[in-house]
Amino acid sequence: MENFQYILPEIFISVSIMLFLLVGVFKKNSATLIYNLSNISLIILLALIINLSSLDTIYLFNESYLIDNLSNYMKIILVGSGIFVMLTGSKYIQVINLNKIEYPILILSSILGMMIMISSNDLIVFYMGLELQSLALYVLASFNRDNLLSTESGLKYFVLSALSSGLLLYGCSLTYGFSESTNFDQILLNSTKFNYGTTFGIVFILVGLAFKISAVPFHMWAPDVYQGSPTSVTLFFAILPKIAALSVFIKFLYTPFANMNDQWQTIIVFISIASMIFGAVAAIGQKNLKRLIAYSSISHMGYALAGLATVSNQGIQSSISYISIYLVMNLAFFSCLFMLKRNDKYYENIEDLSGLSKKHPILSFSLLIVLFSLAGIPPLAGFFAKFYVFLAVIEQSMYFLAIVGLVATVVAAFYYLRIIKIIYFDPEKEEYETSHNVGLKITLAISTIFILAYFIYPSGITEIVSKITMI
Amino acid sequence: MNFPILSSLILLPTIGALFILFTKSSSGKYQSSKYVALFISLANFLLSLYLWYVFDKNSVEFQFVENREWLSGFINYKVGIDGISILFVILTTFITPICIISVNATINNRLKDFLIAILIMETLMIGVFCSLDLVVFYLFFEAGLIPMFLIIGIWGGERRVYSAFKFFLYTLLGSVLMLVAIISIYWITGTTDVEKLYELGIKVEYQNLLWLAFFSSFAVKTPMWPVHTWLPDAHVEAPTVGSVLLAAILLKMAGYGFIRFSIGLFPIASENFTMLVYILSLIAIIYTSLVALMQEDMKKLIAYSSVAHMGFVTLGIFTMTQQGIEGSIFQMISHGLVSAALFLSVGVVYERYHTRLINKYGGLVSIMPRYAIVFMVFTLGALGLPGTTGFIGEFLILMGAFEKNILVAMIASLGVILGAAYMLWLFKRVVFGEMNNQELKSMKDLKTFEIITLSALVIPILFFGFYPEPLMNSIEASVENTLNMYNFDLINNLASKD
Repeated sequence: MENFQYILPEIFISVSIMLFLLVGVFKKNSATLIYNLSNISLIILLALIINLSSLDTIYLFNESYLIDNLSNYMKIILVGSGIFVMLTGSKYIQVINLNKIEYPILILSSILGMMIMISSNDLIVFYMGLELQSLALYVLASFNRDNLLSTESGLKYFVLSALSSGLLLYGCSLTYGFSESTNFDQILLNSTKFNYGTTFGIVFILVGLAFKISAVPFHMWAPDVYQGSPTSVTLFFAILPKIAALSVFIKFLYTPFANMNDQWQTIIVFISIASMIFGAVAAIGQKNLKRLIAYSSISHMGYALAGLATVSNQGIQSSISYISIYLVMNLAFFSCLFMLKRNDKYYENIEDLSGLSKKHPILSFSLLIVLFSLAGIPPLAGFFAKFYVFLAVIEQSMYFLAIVGLVATVVAAFYYLRIIKIIYFDPEKEEYETSHNVGLKITLAISTIFILAYFIYPSGITEIVSKITMI
Repeated sequence: MNFPILSSLILLPTIGALFILFTKSSSGKYQSSKYVALFISLANFLLSLYLWYVFDKNSVEFQFVENREWLSGFINYKVGIDGISILFVILTTFITPICIISVNATINNRLKDFLIAILIMETLMIGVFCSLDLVVFYLFFEAGLIPMFLIIGIWGGERRVYSAFKFFLYTLLGSVLMLVAIISIYWITGTTDVEKLYELGIKVEYQNLLWLAFFSSFAVKTPMWPVHTWLPDAHVEAPTVGSVLLAAILLKMAGYGFIRFSIGLFPIASENFTMLVYILSLIAIIYTSLVALMQEDMKKLIAYSSVAHMGFVTLGIFTMTQQGIEGSIFQMISHGLVSAALFLSVGVVYERYHTRLINKYGGLVSIMPRYAIVFMVFTLGALGLPGTTGFIGEFLILMGAFEKNILVAMIASLGVILGAAYMLWLFKRVVFGEMNNQELKSMKDLKTFEIITLSALVIPILFFGFYPEPLMNSIEASVENTLNMYNFDLINNLASKD
């Protein structure tokens, strides 16, 4: 029983979910109450995780559950961004009539699933967490059920995700069959000899994970789902599943399959290069901002994976720094999107930004900073994210990857510049509403200042991340 | 630790920009912001003059060095100046107040934002010339793209969007390879500190590729033929003040980079690629001079002349002689003053008559005599008449070139003649000749603020043209040191081969 203190966060969130469900059933019109309670419970959850983070590596439940620096850090940024996602979206779901009790509960259960994924040290536990988060996400994607696009995106996500889960499961079973264990550390010990079975296992598992992280060539669902889902859910999609999937990526590559890096390195390099190029090129023609950010996130995942391809601690740390900075940039970008509201209607096309700078100088300036940062122009935070990754990539003399990646940033810069051009150079349109809720304003302010002032003290994240070592 | 004078120099304009950002003007026209900006930039100019005064001109060491931990474990924030960089810092702090005075009716919308952009630009440009760490240098070098993109895009002419994009993407593409090279240098040598790199040296086998990566960035920024095409577009569409900043200071970043990094860090590669630079420079000098002859747009003509002048600069740097490099530095300072003055002069007539087409003008001498005089001084400065700064730079560069390669020097000398041809022809068509266009008659001569800015440029052009000693004095020791290191590396390399 003494183990339970270590999974107190997971227990706490599970109990909260069930409690909120009960409240929701027995109390009429309690949607807003539950939304706020969920937010508070996330804050308590964050405190609980931070409280545990001083501990060393701990194995739980027959070594199937692992709490270490990696899982703690990932959970902190996961729950932290979860809080901000809830804060920014609160007004939005009221305006488009989605304020139902299920919404916060689904978000919480998805976060629970991700936490289990991040901490799993066993194929079965991992799969359980993955499915818990996916099931919640299917419903969330189609949450705006009166909207054709939203239903379509939910269905599409469900079908494709189920397929990828199948592949993943098949990979897991192959791995289990050839290494005689479901435990990650045990798989590592048993897979010292080369065999085709495990290689196939790796390929299938990587395919499944690449789907979750929306890396090319398993990205097809992302643009439609991003566009169709309600914007607050899109924000959720853009950040939290990526954190969890990247964490699992690191775990798989560097625990059970650490001995076989010559097998998977090429795959990761390929996925990374393909994502960087495809994301950059395909985004050029987009007209919808959510769709554009989907392609942008595909290419950003390419950079995060480039760090993993290096087979070095430096690389893993750079990927983690990348995703940390990426999530702040996305929070800022979506906060700006939530502010494009006029007469209870949200606008999400690039054209709607036309001439924004004349009437809304502060909002435009924030967007300017975010977009230049996404493009990776110094001295903004996005540049440092890329800088860490390329520092690791070039350390391993992977010049091809580095040069392709950097050239892709130039292509990507084009479509970010196009948005800036529309905001700053084009003739103005109607004004948007200027009264926003405090959570949204705070999120935008914090994230913009973080991006803008990151260069003053860039060691902050690297110092925390440098504790995470896998090799 | 003494007072961090360089960091203050870098940060002061940004503080001014923040001040302007957070103050509201009661009249709504933001005239007072202009005075704040002017005050800040003048204070910065005085600070840089003080820096020049206390600067020890005989020392070859970097002075006023500040070294702080920045990116823990990897990179330090390190700034410092030597005799070469101090001149560029002063050029920057000198040109900025002139730009701010010249901000006027053409920037009728968003004056406040424009002033902020200029001040941020000043911070970044001073940062480029002061940084003694490759990553810090890259940061300042690239960050300049953001304000310049906005200056061209928001306040530019008709085709501003195209020009702004072209400017941004061209320079970004050139620079990313430099980033790869910088990171590679970090892993090869374990540091990006320029002073340490000078001591350690970089292994010969890496030098060629690294040199090319740096070259790709500097060649675009210089700009050298054949990647110069962004410059005429950017100049034509940028507002007058944007053109001044671009021509006077931004172009100098690359020339400075060649001396500080290409020659300083990769001497053997620089030797290997000398011929390549000669050829590209010669093409730039001859070809763009010919192109300049055919231009109908005044700004475009001056833009092409900038490319030709920068061709002289790169030629001079890679002669690797004391005269050549000193001449190049002098030419950069001179071009900074002269091209700024020429763009301002074009701005003067553009503002009155709203066209830059040469054939619309003619006979301005009779209605704008004062303008005709200052414009003549600048024209003569641009074509390198003895007595102006332009002459000393070109003369020294050609002297250096004759020492190394007579053929190259002879071809380059042709460029001087062509330069005289297009500049004098421009002057003749605009200022002399018949006044066929009756609308021109209503044009007024120079206003007070124009007299101030233009004469502020006339004075140094003539003064240093007659008496270049103060400038030469400042760069001499540093150039000599750079060349000594260069020759020392070459000899060592030859010795190790034998």
